[in-house]
Amino acid sequence: MTELLEVFETEEDRGREPIQKASIVVSKGSLEGIYPALIMANGARMEGIEADLFFTFFGLDAIRKDRQAKIKVATVGNPGLHMPTLLGAIPGMSWIATRMMGTQMEKLDIPPIGEFLELIHDSGGHIYACQATVEMFGLTMEDFVPQVDGVLTVGEFYDRSAGAEIIFT
Amino acid sequence: MTTTEFVGSQVERDAEGFLVHPEQWTRTLGEAIAHESGIAELTPRHWQVVDFMRERYLTTGTAPSIRALGKESGVPVKELYALFPKGPAKLAAKIGGIPKPRGCI
Repeated sequence: MTELLEVFETEEDRGREPIQKASIVVSKGSLEGIYPALIMANGARMEGIEADLFFTFFGLDAIRKDRQAKIKVATVGNPGLHMPTLLGAIPGMSWIATRMMGTQMEKLDIPPIGEFLELIHDSGGHIYACQATVEMFGLTMEDFVPQVDGVLTVGEFYDRSAGAEIIFT
Repeated sequence: MTTTEFVGSQVERDAEGFLVHPEQWTRTLGEAIAHESGIAELTPRHWQVVDFMRERYLTTGTAPSIRALGKESGVPVKELYALFPKGPAKLAAKIGGIPKPRGCI
């Protein structure tokens, strides 16, 4: 066994410091604003990296009971869809785009937002709401899904993020 | 790629220590890999996950996602991380002698 240990070098041996923690700030309430953050948080846990998600501004929709299921792809102001702006503005367009992406994601085993947050929470990832936004929108913990660990001030967020990589989406 | 003499057999492993040939795997080898990965003893719950991973890989050609692992292995996600703190899918694959899962979920 000791020989095996010597053969395989670790990250430290390669002179690279592995990432210990990722703190991910989610500020957008569109599907494409939220999913990358969830994938990165879950991916961090899968690698044994600590993960915190901090939802702020419209990103809070992802953890709001009344809005979580209504999150959609932005079909206006989203050049990535390659759709003329006026077409994207037609009622129902964003619903269609969301349905199409949802089907595709399910094929890849990417869960819906609610289930994804449960997965991250059960994986030991932490989920927080931004206090400034919570006050601005007049919300309380009652408005959030049960996976939310609490409401943090910016200062508390930085304090929790000591030594972490901070990612803003 | 490194070939190591282990428990009396030649085993080929990649740079991260995953077995290159799943057929070279034995349970004793799995225990040794667990040990070097920081898991002192494999309990029946550990084995349930490892066996599920290996079985799924051998029948479908891909390792299950963490979502599938939590839903179908009989071991819930919380417990998966308690058993394999450094990453359940990755570690169970390594211990089970199958390649590192390449999925993002």
